[in-house]
Amino acid sequence: MSTASSVLLQFLELITALIAAPLLTGWVNQCRAWLGNRSAPPLTQFYRQLAKLFEKEVVLAGNASSLFRAAPYIIFACMVLASTIVPTLSTDLPFGPAADAIALVGIFALARVFTALAGMDIGTAFGTLGARREMLIGFLAEPALLMVFFTTSLISQSTSLSTIVETLGQREFAIYPSLAFAGVAFTMVSLAENARIPVDNPTTHLELTMIHEAMILEYSGRHLALIEWAAALKLYAYSCLGLALFFPWGIPEGTGIFNLLVALPSLAFKLAIGGFLLAAIETVSAKLRIFRAPEFLGTAFILSVLAMLVHLLLEAPK
Amino acid sequence: MSDNLHLAIPLYAQVINLLAAILLLLSFAMLAQRRILSLINLFMAQGMVLFASTAVVAAATDQHHLYWSALITLVLKVFLLPWILHRLIRRLNVKWDVETLINIPTTMMIGLVLVIFSFNLALPISELAGTITRSTLGIAMAAVMLAFLMMITRSKAVPQVIGFLAMENGLFFAATSATYGMPMVVELGIALDVLVGMVILGVFFFQIREQFDSLDIRHMEKLKDD
Repeated sequence: MSTASSVLLQFLELITALIAAPLLTGWVNQCRAWLGNRSAPPLTQFYRQLAKLFEKEVVLAGNASSLFRAAPYIIFACMVLASTIVPTLSTDLPFGPAADAIALVGIFALARVFTALAGMDIGTAFGTLGARREMLIGFLAEPALLMVFFTTSLISQSTSLSTIVETLGQREFAIYPSLAFAGVAFTMVSLAENARIPVDNPTTHLELTMIHEAMILEYSGRHLALIEWAAALKLYAYSCLGLALFFPWGIPEGTGIFNLLVALPSLAFKLAIGGFLLAAIETVSAKLRIFRAPEFLGTAFILSVLAMLVHLLLEAPK
Repeated sequence: MSDNLHLAIPLYAQVINLLAAILLLLSFAMLAQRRILSLINLFMAQGMVLFASTAVVAAATDQHHLYWSALITLVLKVFLLPWILHRLIRRLNVKWDVETLINIPTTMMIGLVLVIFSFNLALPISELAGTITRSTLGIAMAAVMLAFLMMITRSKAVPQVIGFLAMENGLFFAATSATYGMPMVVELGIALDVLVGMVILGVFFFQIREQFDSLDIRHMEKLKDD
């Protein structure tokens, strides 16, 4: 294990995440536009938006506290850290041992808490409303996400993401009903966590139905740019996590240049398909009433618990 | 650490495990379902899974009588019973109203507890069984329990009958997984019983509705007119 090259790879993974996250969001928006029979914005639209927002000056409310100014940086840092922990280009990452799957859930929770606090900081009605809804969704989604991780951890006997991905990638072909259940549960959770359509509409302009958007209504300029970028990174991290756990083929263990040549195109290919499927799900489903969201996430929780039980009953070595 | 991933489970056993998992999922879906029409479709899907798993067990173990029970399952539970149920709800004009006594997330949570209970209950029994499908016994028991729960939590007559039929599905699956099916005579008898029971209950539906103007069986708890 050569440390220098794995550090380089870790750095490369960080750069890839920062560059690819806006591209992924742009791709999903493009697919949504195509499926909705509209003319699509260019793939680079998100970059332009970020550049525009970084140039604009920040307008702060009179009673904004320092927490309001600090929150975008904390949220952005959380998402950057999360996307460096998830193995995308290699499983041999120096950051890997720093945080396992459970700590990753904690990082997402930290970002959520700060988004909610910043939403309530100014004291507008919409910010508070969004924060409350976000915490409702979060506290229902988190146990389901943890149960998904526990199922994969039981299969691979480790909570470290690198080990999980390595073990799942190397196994010989076998039908795992538990992984299928966990995959469906994970998809439902990531739809809810990324403010996607069955739970929240990312492109809505109607404040009363907003969840994520309502919390960030007061932000402008570079703060808004950082938050938007963090949201794109979150979507990227969740997509990579899903791909790494349920379609781990193509993630090499070594750090050689040749491995990278395999890893990058396979990642791009899988993300493109995943993004298209996400857009397809969003196009065919309608937004749920907010009071139906607990039922949606309850189903995800039940599925993930069933995944664990089915694993213990059917697949555990006797 | 990757040693325990090399499960020495042959492919057909994996397929049976997968089908068992789908059966469990369908039981939960039935528990959560609000509409009678989808309930019947789910029941049909359950029959389909039952047919597939019985056929796979038959092929894997070379038990010829299981092919017959698979065929009976296909005809009875995938075509005949759903057809009768569809006709019934069309004649009774009840496509939408399913009323649950407890709200659905709570029912699902109770269902989860039941699943854990029946998995634990089945564990020592499946240790004794020598069949390739023994690990699915827990799922079969869970399916029976969930169907039972559905019968308890529904107040209308039609979902209760579907719950009863789903319970029979679970029992049939338990018989296949624990002992490679029952003797042919018993199986034929049960199939006929279910069919006759369905026909009689169909007549009952009309009688209940004529008497009380609704299919809510809570009306039957009142013993005298007021």
